[in-house]
Amino acid sequence: MAEMMYWEAIRRAHDEEMANDPMVICMGEDIGVAGGTYKATKGLYEKYGPERVIDTPISENGYTGLGIGASFLGVRPIIEIMSVNFAWLAMDQLFNSAAKVRYMSGGQLTAPIVMRSAGGTAHQLGAQHSARMEKVFMGIAGLRVVTPSTPKQAYGLLKSAVRCNDPVYINEHELMYNMKGEVPDEEFFHPLEGSDVVREGHDVTLFGYNISVHWCLQAADILSKQFGIEAEVIDLYALSPLDRAGIAASVRKTHRAVIAEEAEPCVGVGAEVMAIINEECFFELDAPPVRVSAVNVPIPYNHTLEKAAIPNANDVVAAVRKMFGK
Amino acid sequence: MNVADKKRLLREMLFARRFEERCYEAYVERKIGGFLHLYSGEEACAHGVLEAARPGDDYVITGYRDHIHAIKCGADPKKVMAELYGKETGSSRGRGGSMHIFDVEHHFMGGYALVGGPFPLAAGMAKAIKMKGTDQISICFLGDAANNQGTFHESMNMAKIWNLPVLYVCENNLYGIGTRIDRSTAVVDQYKRVSGYDIPSAQTDGQDVEAVYKAAKKAVDYVRSGKGPYFLELMTYRYRGHSMSDSNAYRSKDEERMWSKRDPIILLRDRLIEAGELTLDDYKAMDTEILDEIEDEIIAFAEQSPEPRVEELEKYCLAENDPWVLGGGR
Ligand SMILES: Cc1ncc(C[n+]2csc(CCOP(=O)(O)OP(=O)(O)O)c2C)c(N)n1
Ligand SMILES: [Mg+2]
Repeated sequence: MAEMMYWEAIRRAHDEEMANDPMVICMGEDIGVAGGTYKATKGLYEKYGPERVIDTPISENGYTGLGIGASFLGVRPIIEIMSVNFAWLAMDQLFNSAAKVRYMSGGQLTAPIVMRSAGGTAHQLGAQHSARMEKVFMGIAGLRVVTPSTPKQAYGLLKSAVRCNDPVYINEHELMYNMKGEVPDEEFFHPLEGSDVVREGHDVTLFGYNISVHWCLQAADILSKQFGIEAEVIDLYALSPLDRAGIAASVRKTHRAVIAEEAEPCVGVGAEVMAIINEECFFELDAPPVRVSAVNVPIPYNHTLEKAAIPNANDVVAAVRKMFGK
Repeated sequence: MNVADKKRLLREMLFARRFEERCYEAYVERKIGGFLHLYSGEEACAHGVLEAARPGDDYVITGYRDHIHAIKCGADPKKVMAELYGKETGSSRGRGGSMHIFDVEHHFMGGYALVGGPFPLAAGMAKAIKMKGTDQISICFLGDAANNQGTFHESMNMAKIWNLPVLYVCENNLYGIGTRIDRSTAVVDQYKRVSGYDIPSAQTDGQDVEAVYKAAKKAVDYVRSGKGPYFLELMTYRYRGHSMSDSNAYRSKDEERMWSKRDPIILLRDRLIEAGELTLDDYKAMDTEILDEIEDEIIAFAEQSPEPRVEELEKYCLAENDPWVLGGGR
C-alpha cells in the first residue's frame, strides 16, 4: 500500500488505463502540455502523445460531443471539465446524446465516456466557480454518477468508469486533490454502485458523499467523545443509482438518519435519500430524517459569507444533538 | 486626441498598472482571495477603445479580467479594491469578488467567469439599445480563446442578422491559460473569423494606445451610425500568469522580453517625452502621486471598510418586496 494524493491516484488510473487500451484517450482544456489544472494528467502528454492526450479549445459542448461520437466507434474518452461549473455548457451533449443513445437506439449504441470534473466549493472562487452540480447529474437517466471521497476511491472509480459500458460522470472536489490516503499497489477496480460503511454505530446514521463523508466522520468522533452518541457513517460514493438496500439496512439498524450534503437542499442528495428511507423503511424511524445542506444562494465571494453558506462538521453535530435533544 | 488627453491616458494607464500590481501584493498578503486575473501589459486595449467610446454611457461587458474596464467606465477604484477585499463597500457589496465587478450606474455591466458567456449578453444589450432608440452602443471585451465557444459564432450571426449596435473587442494575448492560440484555434488571426458572418473587422497593435484609439474610433463610429456589429482585434500580451495560480511556465523568457519592450505605458511616455510634452521627472512625480493615492486612499478604504453581515447572506438572491410575486398584491 502506498500513500498518495487524490490527484496522483487519478493520474495513476489514467496512466494505467491508457497503457492497457490504446483506444483510451483523454481530452480537456490545458490537460496536455500543461498537465491539467489539478495535475490529473501530468506527464501523460509526453508519454502517450497528442493524438491521445488532447488539449481542447474552450468548447465544452463541442469536445464533449466529439468524445461521445468517438465513443460510438469504440474510443474510450476520459473528458476532463476543468471545473464542474463549465459542465453546464456540455450539458446538451451529455444529457441529450450520451445518456439517451443506448435507450433510444433500443440498445444498439452506447456512449462509454467518462466525464470528470472538479466540483464543490473551494476558497472564495465566487458564484460562477462554486457550483455543486451532483444533483443535476443525478437527475439524468442513463448516466452513472460516482464521487470519490478518498484517493483510493478516486483511483478505483476512474478505473471502473473507463471500462464500464455506460457513460459515467465522476464528481471530484477542488479541495481534495492534495488529500493523502492509502491506495493499494496492485491494480483494482472499485464498484460503481453500492455504498460503504466507513464507521459502525448504532444510534444514528450519517450519510455523506465526497467531502461530506469527512464532515460526518469528524462529527461522529465528536458525538462519541462528547455526547456518547455512536453514529454510523455511510459513504454514498455512488450517487446514481443510489444504494437503496445499503441506505435502508443502516436505517433499520440505527432508526435515525442525517444526510450531509455540500449542495443546496432542494432536489438534492438529501431529498433523494429521505425519499428512499420513506419508501423502504419509514416505520423503522424513531425520528424524522434531517438534512444538513448549503444555504440556497449563489455562493458569495466574501470569506465569512461563503463559510456561512456551506455546512461543516459542526452543523452535522448540531443536527444530531437536536435530534437527540442533547 | 490632444496632448492633455494623452497625458491623462498615460496617467490612467499607469494607475491601472499600479492598481493591478498592488492587487498582486494584496493577494500574496492574503487580503484578496479566490481567483485573481491581472491586466498588466494589456492596459492600452481597454483605455484606447473606451477613450474612443463614451464610457459611463455606452454599455460595457467583459470576462473575469475586469478591474480596469470597470474603472475606465467610471467605477470608483476604492470600491473595486473593497470588492477584492470582500467588503460591504465593494462594488458588488463583497458578494462578487475579482471576477464579478459590476457598476451598473456607470453602465459597466459586469465581469463574468464563464468563458464566452458575455458574447450573447452584449448582443442582448445592443438589442435593448436598438429598441430604446438611443445612440448608445454595447461593447464586449473578451479574450482570443473565448472565440472557440459556440456563443461566439451564435452571437456574431445574431448580431449581424438583427443589425445590432455591438462592438466586439478581442484582446488577443496569444494564450488561453497555458494553451497558445495556434494549438487551439484553426485561424490564428481572429479578425478573419467574423468574415463568415459578413461583419467588418480589423486587427491592430494593442500595445500602442494611440493606434488602438484610432482603430476603435472607426469601429465605434461605424457601430454608432447604425450599420451593425463590428469586430476589433487587438494584439496584446499579459505580463503575469493567467491568474495568480498560474506559473507561466509555458511561455519562453524570450517571448516575454520581446513583449515587455513594447510596454504600452512606456511607449506613450517616451513618445510624450520625445515630443517635449513631458519630462522623466514629471512621469516619476506622477507615479509617486499614484502610488500614494493607491496606498493612502484606496487600500486604506478597503482595509477600513466593514465586512458584509452574515444575517444578510440571503439578501440579493431574489427581488425583495416585489408585489407581482403575490399576483400584484390583489
Ligand atoms: C466555460 C469555461 N470554460 C473554461 C474556463 C476556464 N478558463 C478560464 S479563462 C480561460 C482562458 C480564456 O482565455 P482567453 O479567452 O484568451 O482570455 P484571457 O484570459 O487570455 O484574457 C479558461 C480556459 C472558464 N472559466 N469557463
Ligand atoms: Mg487570451
